[in-house]
Amino acid sequence: MSLAYVLEAALAVLVLGAAAWSIAARTAFAASVGFVSYGLLLSLVWVQLAAIDVALTEAAIGSGLTGVLLLSAAATLRPTEARSAAGPGWPMRILAAVCCGLVTAAIAVVVVTLPATAPSLAPEAVAALPVTGLGNPVTGVLMAFRALDTLLEKVVLVLALIGVWSLAPDRYWGGHPGLRHRLPADGVLPFFARTLPPLGVLLGIHLMWTGADAPGGAFQGGTVLAAMWLVVMMAGVRDAPAIRERWLRLALVSGPVVFVLVGLAGMLTAGAFLAYPIDYAKPLIILIEVPMLLTIALALGLLVAGPPERASGSA
Amino acid sequence: MSTVTLFGLCGAVLIGLGLYGALTHPQPLRKLIAFNLLGSGIFLLFGAIARRGSWTTVGGDPVPQALVITAIVVAFAATAMAVALLLRIFRESGEATLSPAEPASAASERRDP
Repeated sequence: MSLAYVLEAALAVLVLGAAAWSIAARTAFAASVGFVSYGLLLSLVWVQLAAIDVALTEAAIGSGLTGVLLLSAAATLRPTEARSAAGPGWPMRILAAVCCGLVTAAIAVVVVTLPATAPSLAPEAVAALPVTGLGNPVTGVLMAFRALDTLLEKVVLVLALIGVWSLAPDRYWGGHPGLRHRLPADGVLPFFARTLPPLGVLLGIHLMWTGADAPGGAFQGGTVLAAMWLVVMMAGVRDAPAIRERWLRLALVSGPVVFVLVGLAGMLTAGAFLAYPIDYAKPLIILIEVPMLLTIALALGLLVAGPPERASGSA
Repeated sequence: MSTVTLFGLCGAVLIGLGLYGALTHPQPLRKLIAFNLLGSGIFLLFGAIARRGSWTTVGGDPVPQALVITAIVVAFAATAMAVALLLRIFRESGEATLSPAEPASAASERRDP
Protein backbone atom coordinates (compact mmCIF):
# COMPACT_ATOMS: atom_id res chain seq x y z
CA MET A 1 0.00 0.00 0.00
CA SER A 2 1.67 3.19 -1.16
CA LEU A 3 1.70 6.55 0.58
CA ALA A 4 -0.35 8.11 -2.24
CA TYR A 5 -3.06 5.56 -1.65
CA VAL A 6 -3.13 6.23 2.11
CA LEU A 7 -3.47 9.96 1.40
CA GLU A 8 -6.32 9.33 -1.03
CA ALA A 9 -8.13 7.16 1.51
CA ALA A 10 -7.61 9.85 4.18
CA LEU A 11 -9.03 12.47 1.77
CA ALA A 12 -12.10 10.30 1.13
CA VAL A 13 -12.63 9.95 4.90
CA LEU A 14 -12.33 13.74 5.36
CA VAL A 15 -14.82 14.41 2.54
CA LEU A 16 -17.33 11.97 4.01
CA GLY A 17 -16.76 13.40 7.49
CA ALA A 18 -17.46 16.96 6.33
CA ALA A 19 -20.52 15.74 4.41
CA ALA A 20 -21.84 13.87 7.46
CA TRP A 21 -21.26 16.99 9.56
CA SER A 22 -23.29 19.17 7.21
CA ILE A 23 -26.18 16.68 7.54
CA ALA A 24 -25.88 16.07 11.30
CA ALA A 25 -24.94 19.55 12.58
CA ARG A 26 -27.44 21.08 15.01
CA THR A 27 -27.79 24.48 13.37
CA ALA A 28 -28.11 25.41 9.70
CA PHE A 29 -25.19 27.83 10.10
CA ALA A 30 -22.88 25.03 11.30
CA ALA A 31 -24.14 22.82 8.48
CA SER A 32 -23.32 25.58 5.96
CA VAL A 33 -19.79 25.90 7.37
CA GLY A 34 -19.47 22.13 7.02
CA PHE A 35 -20.68 22.37 3.43
CA VAL A 36 -18.02 24.98 2.55
CA SER A 37 -15.20 22.79 3.90
CA TYR A 38 -16.77 19.79 2.19
CA GLY A 39 -16.64 21.66 -1.15
CA LEU A 40 -12.97 22.56 -0.69
CA LEU A 41 -12.08 18.95 0.18
CA LEU A 42 -14.12 17.71 -2.77
CA SER A 43 -12.10 19.94 -5.09
CA LEU A 44 -8.97 18.07 -3.90
CA VAL A 45 -10.73 14.82 -4.90
CA TRP A 46 -11.25 16.29 -8.38
CA VAL A 47 -7.53 17.06 -8.53
CA GLN A 48 -6.86 13.38 -7.74
CA LEU A 49 -9.17 12.44 -10.62
CA ALA A 50 -6.99 14.63 -12.94
CA ALA A 51 -9.88 17.07 -13.46
CA ILE A 52 -8.20 20.39 -12.56
CA ASP A 53 -10.82 22.48 -14.38
CA VAL A 54 -13.60 20.82 -12.37
CA ALA A 55 -11.59 21.27 -9.16
CA LEU A 56 -11.33 25.03 -9.80
CA THR A 57 -15.06 25.27 -10.53
CA GLU A 58 -16.02 23.22 -7.48
CA ALA A 59 -13.82 25.33 -5.17
CA ALA A 60 -15.04 28.64 -6.61
CA ILE A 61 -18.75 27.99 -7.25
CA GLY A 62 -19.67 24.73 -5.48
CA SER A 63 -17.93 25.72 -2.26
CA GLY A 64 -17.35 29.51 -2.36
CA LEU A 65 -20.43 31.13 -3.90
CA THR A 66 -22.89 28.45 -2.71
CA GLY A 67 -21.28 28.84 0.73
CA VAL A 68 -21.88 32.62 0.82
CA LEU A 69 -25.47 32.04 -0.24
CA LEU A 70 -26.09 29.34 2.41
CA LEU A 71 -24.30 31.20 5.22
CA SER A 72 -26.24 34.42 4.69
CA ALA A 73 -29.55 32.52 4.40
CA ALA A 74 -28.74 30.55 7.56
CA ALA A 75 -28.00 33.79 9.43
CA THR A 76 -31.30 35.33 8.27
CA LEU A 77 -33.35 32.24 9.10
CA ARG A 78 -31.73 31.62 12.48
CA PRO A 79 -34.78 32.87 14.49
CA THR A 80 -37.00 30.26 12.81
CA GLU A 81 -34.81 27.31 13.75
CA ALA A 82 -35.94 26.96 17.36
CA ARG A 83 -39.61 26.96 16.29
CA SER A 84 -39.20 24.52 13.44
CA ALA A 85 -40.97 21.18 13.52
CA ALA A 86 -39.15 18.23 15.06
CA GLY A 87 -39.13 16.23 11.85
CA PRO A 88 -39.91 12.54 11.52
CA GLY A 89 -39.59 10.23 14.53
CA TRP A 90 -36.99 7.52 15.03
CA PRO A 91 -38.82 4.68 13.23
CA MET A 92 -39.19 6.84 10.12
CA ARG A 93 -35.57 7.99 10.35
CA ILE A 94 -34.34 4.42 10.58
CA LEU A 95 -36.51 3.45 7.61
CA ALA A 96 -35.10 6.41 5.60
CA ALA A 97 -31.54 5.46 6.62
CA VAL A 98 -32.08 1.86 5.51
CA CYS A 99 -33.53 2.93 2.15
CA CYS A 100 -30.70 5.44 1.54
CA GLY A 101 -28.20 2.75 2.55
CA LEU A 102 -29.74 0.46 -0.08
CA VAL A 103 -29.34 3.18 -2.74
CA THR A 104 -25.68 3.59 -1.75
CA ALA A 105 -25.15 -0.18 -1.74
CA ALA A 106 -26.69 -0.55 -5.21
CA ILE A 107 -24.46 2.21 -6.63
CA ALA A 108 -21.43 0.72 -4.85
CA VAL A 109 -22.09 -2.66 -6.50
CA VAL A 110 -22.19 -0.90 -9.89
CA VAL A 111 -18.92 0.94 -9.15
CA VAL A 112 -17.12 -2.25 -8.12
CA THR A 113 -18.37 -4.37 -11.02
CA LEU A 114 -17.75 -1.84 -13.81
CA PRO A 115 -15.69 -3.05 -16.76
CA ALA A 116 -12.13 -1.73 -16.73
CA THR A 117 -12.47 0.64 -19.68
CA ALA A 118 -15.30 3.01 -20.43
CA PRO A 119 -16.40 4.29 -23.82
CA SER A 120 -14.67 7.63 -24.27
CA LEU A 121 -14.67 10.54 -26.67
CA ALA A 122 -11.35 11.77 -25.28
CA PRO A 123 -9.19 10.59 -28.24
CA GLU A 124 -11.51 12.31 -30.74
CA ALA A 125 -11.65 15.48 -28.65
CA VAL A 126 -7.86 15.62 -28.33
CA ALA A 127 -7.31 14.78 -32.00
CA ALA A 128 -9.64 17.56 -33.19
CA LEU A 129 -8.30 20.13 -30.71
CA PRO A 130 -5.60 21.74 -32.93
CA VAL A 131 -8.35 22.89 -35.32
CA THR A 132 -9.80 25.16 -32.61
CA GLY A 133 -6.47 26.81 -31.85
CA LEU A 134 -6.88 25.89 -28.17
CA GLY A 135 -4.54 23.84 -25.99
CA ASN A 136 -6.88 22.91 -23.13
CA PRO A 137 -9.18 20.08 -24.24
CA VAL A 138 -11.79 21.00 -21.60
CA THR A 139 -12.08 24.53 -23.01
CA GLY A 140 -12.21 22.97 -26.47
CA VAL A 141 -15.21 20.88 -25.47
CA LEU A 142 -16.92 23.80 -23.69
CA MET A 143 -16.34 26.42 -26.38
CA ALA A 144 -16.32 24.39 -29.61
CA PHE A 145 -17.43 20.75 -29.57
CA ARG A 146 -20.25 21.18 -27.04
CA ALA A 147 -20.72 24.93 -27.42
CA LEU A 148 -24.50 24.52 -27.40
CA ASP A 149 -24.37 23.28 -23.77
CA THR A 150 -22.34 26.31 -22.77
CA LEU A 151 -24.71 28.67 -24.59
CA LEU A 152 -27.76 27.14 -22.90
CA GLU A 153 -26.03 27.30 -19.55
CA LYS A 154 -25.58 31.08 -19.97
CA VAL A 155 -29.28 31.27 -20.71
CA VAL A 156 -29.99 29.27 -17.53
CA LEU A 157 -27.94 31.77 -15.50
CA VAL A 158 -29.90 34.71 -16.91
CA LEU A 159 -33.24 32.89 -16.43
CA ALA A 160 -32.36 32.03 -12.82
CA LEU A 161 -31.54 35.69 -12.22
CA ILE A 162 -34.89 36.74 -13.72
CA GLY A 163 -36.50 34.18 -11.39
CA VAL A 164 -34.71 35.63 -8.34
CA TRP A 165 -35.53 39.22 -9.33
CA SER A 166 -39.21 38.37 -9.85
CA LEU A 167 -39.42 37.46 -6.16
CA ALA A 168 -39.05 41.16 -5.32
CA PRO A 169 -42.07 42.81 -3.67
CA ASP A 170 -43.81 45.09 -6.21
CA ARG A 171 -42.76 48.34 -4.55
CA TYR A 172 -39.07 47.45 -4.79
CA TRP A 173 -39.12 46.33 -8.41
CA GLY A 174 -36.25 47.91 -10.29
CA GLY A 175 -34.48 48.81 -7.04
CA HIS A 176 -31.25 47.71 -5.38
CA PRO A 177 -30.67 44.12 -4.28
CA GLY A 178 -29.97 43.35 -0.63
CA LEU A 179 -29.48 45.68 2.28
CA ARG A 180 -27.11 48.61 1.99
CA HIS A 181 -24.04 47.62 3.95
CA ARG A 182 -22.62 50.49 5.95
CA LEU A 183 -19.34 49.82 7.66
CA PRO A 184 -16.77 52.25 9.09
CA ALA A 185 -14.57 53.27 6.17
CA ASP A 186 -11.39 52.43 8.11
CA GLY A 187 -12.58 48.93 9.09
CA VAL A 188 -10.90 45.69 8.09
CA LEU A 189 -13.47 44.64 5.48
CA PRO A 190 -13.55 47.98 3.58
CA PHE A 191 -9.73 47.95 3.60
CA PHE A 192 -9.83 44.41 2.26
CA ALA A 193 -12.40 45.46 -0.37
CA ARG A 194 -10.09 48.24 -1.58
CA THR A 195 -6.86 46.21 -1.70
CA LEU A 196 -8.00 42.80 -2.94
CA PRO A 197 -10.08 43.57 -6.07
CA PRO A 198 -7.23 44.91 -8.27
CA LEU A 199 -5.38 41.61 -7.80
CA GLY A 200 -8.60 39.59 -8.00
CA VAL A 201 -9.69 41.23 -11.24
CA LEU A 202 -6.27 40.53 -12.71
CA LEU A 203 -6.50 36.90 -11.57
CA GLY A 204 -10.01 36.52 -12.99
CA ILE A 205 -9.01 37.82 -16.42
CA HIS A 206 -5.85 35.72 -16.29
CA LEU A 207 -7.89 32.57 -15.54
CA MET A 208 -10.14 33.27 -18.51
CA TRP A 209 -7.21 33.98 -20.83
CA THR A 210 -5.04 31.09 -19.69
CA GLY A 211 -8.02 28.73 -19.93
CA ALA A 212 -7.29 28.43 -23.65
CA ASP A 213 -4.19 26.35 -22.96
CA ALA A 214 -4.18 25.47 -19.26
CA PRO A 215 -6.76 24.69 -16.57
CA GLY A 216 -9.05 27.70 -16.14
CA GLY A 217 -11.62 29.40 -18.33
CA ALA A 218 -14.48 31.86 -18.41
CA PHE A 219 -16.43 30.11 -15.64
CA GLN A 220 -13.61 30.10 -13.13
CA GLY A 221 -12.45 33.60 -14.11
CA GLY A 222 -16.01 34.93 -13.97
CA THR A 223 -16.48 33.47 -10.51
CA VAL A 224 -13.35 35.21 -9.22
CA LEU A 225 -14.63 38.52 -10.67
CA ALA A 226 -18.05 37.92 -9.06
CA ALA A 227 -16.37 37.21 -5.72
CA MET A 228 -14.41 40.50 -5.93
CA TRP A 229 -17.62 42.38 -6.71
CA LEU A 230 -19.38 40.73 -3.75
CA VAL A 231 -16.55 41.74 -1.40
CA VAL A 232 -16.90 45.34 -2.61
CA MET A 233 -20.70 45.28 -2.12
CA MET A 234 -20.56 43.56 1.29
CA ALA A 235 -17.97 46.01 2.58
CA GLY A 236 -20.22 48.89 1.51
CA VAL A 237 -17.50 50.39 -0.67
CA ARG A 238 -19.91 50.45 -3.63
CA ASP A 239 -23.66 49.86 -3.56
CA ALA A 240 -25.24 47.11 -5.62
CA PRO A 241 -26.65 48.59 -8.85
CA ALA A 242 -30.40 49.11 -9.24
CA ILE A 243 -31.68 46.29 -11.42
CA ARG A 244 -33.54 48.75 -13.65
CA GLU A 245 -30.21 50.08 -14.97
CA ARG A 246 -30.03 49.67 -18.74
CA TRP A 247 -26.25 49.05 -18.80
CA LEU A 248 -26.66 46.23 -16.32
CA ARG A 249 -29.31 44.46 -18.35
CA LEU A 250 -27.40 44.91 -21.61
CA ALA A 251 -24.21 43.55 -20.01
CA LEU A 252 -26.14 40.59 -18.58
CA VAL A 253 -27.49 39.46 -21.94
CA SER A 254 -24.33 40.34 -23.90
CA GLY A 255 -22.81 36.87 -23.34
CA PRO A 256 -25.68 34.79 -24.75
CA VAL A 257 -26.44 37.38 -27.48
CA VAL A 258 -22.88 37.45 -28.85
CA PHE A 259 -22.81 33.64 -28.59
CA VAL A 260 -26.01 33.31 -30.64
CA LEU A 261 -24.82 35.88 -33.21
CA VAL A 262 -21.52 34.04 -33.72
CA GLY A 263 -23.52 30.79 -33.90
CA LEU A 264 -25.80 32.21 -36.60
CA ALA A 265 -22.79 33.57 -38.50
CA GLY A 266 -21.45 30.01 -38.40
CA MET A 267 -24.48 28.88 -40.41
CA LEU A 268 -23.40 31.19 -43.26
CA THR A 269 -19.64 30.75 -43.09
CA ALA A 270 -19.12 27.18 -41.83
CA GLY A 271 -22.41 25.48 -42.65
CA ALA A 272 -23.83 24.80 -39.18
CA PHE A 273 -25.13 26.68 -36.13
CA LEU A 274 -22.21 27.32 -33.74
CA ALA A 275 -19.66 26.04 -36.26
CA TYR A 276 -16.56 28.21 -36.59
CA PRO A 277 -14.65 28.79 -39.85
CA ILE A 278 -11.38 26.94 -39.21
CA ASP A 279 -9.03 29.89 -39.74
CA TYR A 280 -10.99 32.12 -37.37
CA ALA A 281 -11.86 29.61 -34.63
CA LYS A 282 -9.58 31.03 -31.94
CA PRO A 283 -10.48 34.75 -32.45
CA LEU A 284 -14.19 33.85 -32.54
CA ILE A 285 -13.88 31.84 -29.32
CA ILE A 286 -12.23 34.84 -27.64
CA LEU A 287 -14.95 37.11 -29.05
CA ILE A 288 -17.53 34.84 -27.35
CA GLU A 289 -15.58 34.43 -24.13
CA VAL A 290 -15.12 38.12 -23.28
CA PRO A 291 -18.85 39.06 -23.05
CA MET A 292 -19.46 35.61 -21.55
CA LEU A 293 -17.02 36.46 -18.74
CA LEU A 294 -18.99 39.66 -18.12
CA THR A 295 -22.32 37.82 -18.09
CA ILE A 296 -21.02 35.11 -15.74
CA ALA A 297 -19.46 37.60 -13.32
CA LEU A 298 -22.58 39.82 -13.20
CA ALA A 299 -25.10 36.95 -13.04
CA LEU A 300 -23.24 35.05 -10.32
CA GLY A 301 -22.75 38.20 -8.23
CA LEU A 302 -26.38 39.26 -8.58
CA LEU A 303 -27.68 35.74 -7.85
CA VAL A 304 -25.87 35.91 -4.51
CA ALA A 305 -27.03 39.50 -3.87
CA GLY A 306 -30.68 38.37 -4.21
CA PRO A 307 -33.89 40.13 -5.24
CA PRO A 308 -34.28 43.93 -4.92
CA GLU A 309 -35.10 44.98 -1.36
CA ARG A 310 -34.87 48.77 -1.62
CA ALA A 311 -36.57 51.14 -4.01
CA SER A 312 -34.35 52.68 -6.64
CA GLY A 313 -32.60 55.81 -5.36
CA SER A 314 -33.24 55.11 -1.64
CA ALA A 315 -30.44 54.28 0.74
CA MET B 1 -8.85 -0.75 -4.61
CA SER B 2 -7.94 1.82 -7.24
CA THR B 3 -8.37 5.60 -7.06
CA VAL B 4 -11.39 5.35 -9.34
CA THR B 5 -13.12 2.71 -7.19
CA LEU B 6 -12.31 4.59 -3.98
CA PHE B 7 -13.81 7.88 -5.15
CA GLY B 8 -16.66 6.11 -6.92
CA LEU B 9 -17.63 4.52 -3.61
CA CYS B 10 -17.15 7.91 -1.94
CA GLY B 11 -19.68 9.33 -4.43
CA ALA B 12 -22.10 6.48 -3.64
CA VAL B 13 -21.93 7.26 0.11
CA LEU B 14 -22.41 11.00 -0.57
CA ILE B 15 -25.54 10.23 -2.60
CA GLY B 16 -26.93 8.15 0.29
CA LEU B 17 -26.07 10.84 2.87
CA GLY B 18 -27.60 13.62 0.79
CA LEU B 19 -30.75 11.60 0.14
CA TYR B 20 -31.13 10.86 3.86
CA GLY B 21 -30.71 14.55 4.76
CA ALA B 22 -33.19 15.69 2.11
CA LEU B 23 -35.76 13.14 3.37
CA THR B 24 -35.47 13.64 7.12
CA HIS B 25 -34.61 17.33 7.75
CA PRO B 26 -37.72 19.42 8.41
CA GLN B 27 -36.05 22.75 7.60
CA PRO B 28 -35.98 23.69 3.90
CA LEU B 29 -32.47 25.18 4.14
CA ARG B 30 -31.12 21.91 5.54
CA LYS B 31 -32.89 20.03 2.75
CA LEU B 32 -31.19 22.35 0.27
CA ILE B 33 -27.74 21.65 1.74
CA ALA B 34 -28.49 17.91 1.64
CA PHE B 35 -29.70 18.22 -1.94
CA ASN B 36 -26.42 19.90 -2.90
CA LEU B 37 -24.52 17.03 -1.27
CA LEU B 38 -26.60 14.57 -3.27
CA GLY B 39 -25.86 16.48 -6.47
CA SER B 40 -22.12 16.73 -5.90
CA GLY B 41 -22.08 13.00 -5.05
CA ILE B 42 -23.63 12.29 -8.43
CA PHE B 43 -21.05 14.53 -10.16
CA LEU B 44 -18.26 12.68 -8.33
CA LEU B 45 -19.69 9.29 -9.29
CA PHE B 46 -19.90 10.45 -12.90
CA GLY B 47 -16.33 11.76 -12.81
CA ALA B 48 -15.00 8.56 -11.26
CA ILE B 49 -16.81 6.33 -13.77
CA ALA B 50 -15.57 8.45 -16.68
CA ARG B 51 -12.02 8.36 -15.32
CA ARG B 52 -11.73 4.63 -16.16
CA GLY B 53 -11.79 5.17 -19.90
CA SER B 54 -9.25 7.97 -20.06
CA TRP B 55 -6.77 6.24 -17.76
CA THR B 56 -4.56 5.13 -20.61
CA THR B 57 -5.10 7.91 -23.16
CA VAL B 58 -4.94 11.50 -21.91
CA GLY B 59 -4.72 13.25 -18.54
CA GLY B 60 -8.46 13.33 -18.00
CA ASP B 61 -11.38 12.82 -20.34
CA PRO B 62 -12.37 16.41 -21.25
CA VAL B 63 -15.98 15.65 -22.24
CA PRO B 64 -17.30 14.57 -18.81
CA GLN B 65 -15.21 17.35 -17.21
CA ALA B 66 -16.96 19.95 -19.35
CA LEU B 67 -20.35 18.43 -18.48
CA VAL B 68 -19.59 18.53 -14.74
CA ILE B 69 -18.44 22.17 -14.95
CA THR B 70 -21.74 23.08 -16.63
CA ALA B 71 -23.62 21.03 -14.04
CA ILE B 72 -21.94 22.79 -11.09
CA VAL B 73 -22.89 26.21 -12.49
CA VAL B 74 -26.50 25.14 -13.13
CA ALA B 75 -26.74 23.60 -9.63
CA PHE B 76 -25.58 26.93 -8.19
CA ALA B 77 -28.21 28.83 -10.19
CA ALA B 78 -30.93 26.46 -8.92
CA THR B 79 -29.69 26.82 -5.32
CA ALA B 80 -29.73 30.61 -5.59
CA MET B 81 -33.31 30.47 -6.88
CA ALA B 82 -34.35 28.13 -4.03
CA VAL B 83 -32.71 30.35 -1.38
CA ALA B 84 -34.47 33.42 -2.81
CA LEU B 85 -37.84 31.60 -2.66
CA LEU B 86 -37.16 30.52 0.91
CA LEU B 87 -36.20 34.03 2.05
CA ARG B 88 -39.33 35.45 0.39
CA ILE B 89 -41.49 32.91 2.27
CA PHE B 90 -39.73 33.99 5.47
CA ARG B 91 -40.31 37.71 4.75
CA GLU B 92 -44.02 37.08 4.04
CA SER B 93 -44.86 34.72 6.89
CA GLY B 94 -42.03 35.05 9.41
CA GLU B 95 -41.52 31.30 9.14
CA ALA B 96 -39.40 29.08 6.95
CA THR B 97 -41.30 25.84 6.82
CA LEU B 98 -42.75 23.52 4.22
CA SER B 99 -45.65 22.38 6.41
CA PRO B 100 -48.89 24.22 5.65
CA ALA B 101 -49.42 27.02 8.19
CA GLU B 102 -52.75 27.61 9.91
CA PRO B 103 -54.41 30.43 7.94
CA ALA B 104 -55.22 32.56 11.04
CA SER B 105 -51.70 32.66 12.47
CA ALA B 106 -50.17 33.16 9.04
CA ALA B 107 -52.37 36.22 8.47
CA SER B 108 -51.68 37.75 11.89
CA GLU B 109 -47.93 37.26 11.64
CA ARG B 110 -47.75 38.60 8.14
CA ARG B 111 -45.20 41.33 8.05
CA ASP B 112 -43.41 43.33 5.47
CA PRO B 113 -39.66 43.60 5.08
